[in-house]
Amino acid sequence: METITKTKQEVSKGTTVKISGAEAMVRCLLEEGVDLIYGYPGGAIMPVYDEFYKYKDALHHVLTRHEQGAVHAAQGYARVSGKVGVAIATSGPGATNLITGIADAQIDSTPLVCVTGQVGSHLLGSDAFQETDIISISTPVTKWNYQITKASEIPETMAKAFYIAKSGRPGPVLIDITKDAQFGEVDFAYKKCEKVRSYTPVPEMDKAEIAAAASLINKASKPFIVWGQGLTIGNAEEEFKAFIEKSGIPSASTLLGLSALSSDHELHMGMVGMHGNYAPNKLTNECDLLIAVGMRFDDRVTGKLEAYAKQAKIIHFEIDPAEVDKNVKTDVAVLGNVKDTLSAILPLIDKKEHTAWLKEFRDLYDIEFKEVIDEQFHPKSGGLTMAETIESINKVTKGEAVIVSDVGQHQMIASRYCKFNKTRSKITSGGLGTMGFALPAAIGAKMGAPEREVVAVIGDGGFQMNIQELGTVLQTKAPVKIVVLNNQFLGMVRQWQELFFDGRYASTEMTNPDFVMIAQGYGIKSRKISERKDLNAAIEEMIACKDSYFLEVAVEMEENVFPMIPTGSSVSDIRLK
Amino acid sequence: MKNEKYTISIYTENNLGLLNRIATIFLKRHINIESLTVSSSEIENVSRFIIVVDISEEQVKKVIGQIEKQVEVIKAYYHTNDECIFLQSALFKIKSSLLFEERQIQNIIKNSNSQIVTVSPEFFVLAKSGRREEIDKLYEELSFYGIMQFVRSGRISVTKDEMKISEILRKQLN
Repeated sequence: METITKTKQEVSKGTTVKISGAEAMVRCLLEEGVDLIYGYPGGAIMPVYDEFYKYKDALHHVLTRHEQGAVHAAQGYARVSGKVGVAIATSGPGATNLITGIADAQIDSTPLVCVTGQVGSHLLGSDAFQETDIISISTPVTKWNYQITKASEIPETMAKAFYIAKSGRPGPVLIDITKDAQFGEVDFAYKKCEKVRSYTPVPEMDKAEIAAAASLINKASKPFIVWGQGLTIGNAEEEFKAFIEKSGIPSASTLLGLSALSSDHELHMGMVGMHGNYAPNKLTNECDLLIAVGMRFDDRVTGKLEAYAKQAKIIHFEIDPAEVDKNVKTDVAVLGNVKDTLSAILPLIDKKEHTAWLKEFRDLYDIEFKEVIDEQFHPKSGGLTMAETIESINKVTKGEAVIVSDVGQHQMIASRYCKFNKTRSKITSGGLGTMGFALPAAIGAKMGAPEREVVAVIGDGGFQMNIQELGTVLQTKAPVKIVVLNNQFLGMVRQWQELFFDGRYASTEMTNPDFVMIAQGYGIKSRKISERKDLNAAIEEMIACKDSYFLEVAVEMEENVFPMIPTGSSVSDIRLK
Repeated sequence: MKNEKYTISIYTENNLGLLNRIATIFLKRHINIESLTVSSSEIENVSRFIIVVDISEEQVKKVIGQIEKQVEVIKAYYHTNDECIFLQSALFKIKSSLLFEERQIQNIIKNSNSQIVTVSPEFFVLAKSGRREEIDKLYEELSFYGIMQFVRSGRISVTKDEMKISEILRKQLN
């Protein structure tokens, strides 16, 4: 510890010290304020791991049970904290195992720096043991990547990596470092990167665009807002709240935007998209002005593009110019960080209340409640539903927990029904739809927000995709709460088979192990319930537990998620059954 | 929307791996690259890509957006054939004996505005720069007599409009 503080002081005085590339790598991480990193060691990254050993008081390394677990944990950490998540792995399979998480981070704009070891530079291209061309493999799924072959490149490259990962629209960066670069020597001096000449992270705000948008908003009689994760990433929750409260505009969230506005806000109209709420989907095709804020018109949000909000003018608040007109043609594009653009537009907006228009949303909600929600929350017969479980979690956590969900039916139910009071409370794999995301991401989320309750809600399919990370829970004692909603099916695929493939259940039925025994094997307090009468007590027991806790809820086997916009249909053709 | 030939000009940092990164943008969208040339530009350490594609304007706009998003890309433009001055180069390797046996070959060379760059007892090499159709025409004429080797470069192009790359770079650094 003493040496760390000493060398840090030397660096800040601007003097340099000669150290190994591996040590330089660790020092770069410390300079960037990293104190937690997820990874898995192996041959080509051993020199860096040797430095982790020496620096273990300053930099905590979490050993996951698979590199995919490491990268998802780093994502969970980044999503909950807003900081850059760091994952590290060896060359070859270690590096390729990171790819799914990197692709996930790219499509969900999560800031990550991933470091991979590489064979010695003299061996590059020789098909050496555990050599893989990870630069080529990762190129289409990274915001930036770079291969370091000399120790001297490390400080500048790492500074650039962190700057690129977190600036503008965030994303994953991969740094591949050859073994000889780790062993080599470097005169270490660190300077944070603040500029890359070919890169404009945030486009300049244009006052004319702001004025044009304000004029459309003030003139609209049925305006409607859809917000996305841009609000959370841009820390613009307060600005957004002020904007909607002044303009009185009903607003709905995308899957990744959830929790940026508290669930009980009177202008919160729920979620749009394939399994979103009835009113916001239906009324997308009734509004006269659609205001998209920090979202990218994903196909799961828009349904059939040719029939999406064709009657409305479109305003798009967006940081990434490539998203403008990509899927939906806009009338006014307001480029910039939403925090800045929303602040700038606020004084130009008229104070309004759209009472009659809001009532249209509420009336449609009542229909959805009667036809769908009520039945899922208060089923008259049959087994436990996923919705009941979520409702019980809401009651016990009072909307204060971070909910990490996996991918599939349970994800949609959790997204539809979870209540949130705080931002950064809903973490899920959106764009890529990565099963196996939730367990490791929940571990990362708990470490990124240790003061908060973190509940992972996972299906029985996704749970088994990274079930090995129970080992990470065991070793780190991270007190995550794990709820597996077990319907013994790959439920979402089964639902599609039922609806669109005449009920031919091809490979969706699961013969599952005894999850409780498995979790107990990892030293995690576990319980299984299948009766309605035990639900609330079990959730209470889980939340009250100071340590990690595993709860399996046996739910109705063939429950379907509704409402639903079938693929290729218009948002207004949303089905209630 | 109708497909058209677009010349995409990209100014980038001169970095390893960037060619791959740009190529994947086309591959991801299943767009065929008709020709690709990478060279230095008028600015030190700045490379220039010239990529020719046959797609709709809507598609080319989106592709430009994705290209410009890349960290090491300074600026990307697209132009129609009318908006730029462009040409390709081609080399033809031909048996020397044909020069004497087939008198018509001399006329073809003369009329095509091509140059003989080297002559040896066995073969001579003809260089031709110009529009694709001109090179195609010469190829057709010569192929009747037999071509030993043929190669054609990608398109190179300059635009009628100014690009202002130095200005962009200056602005970014301030």
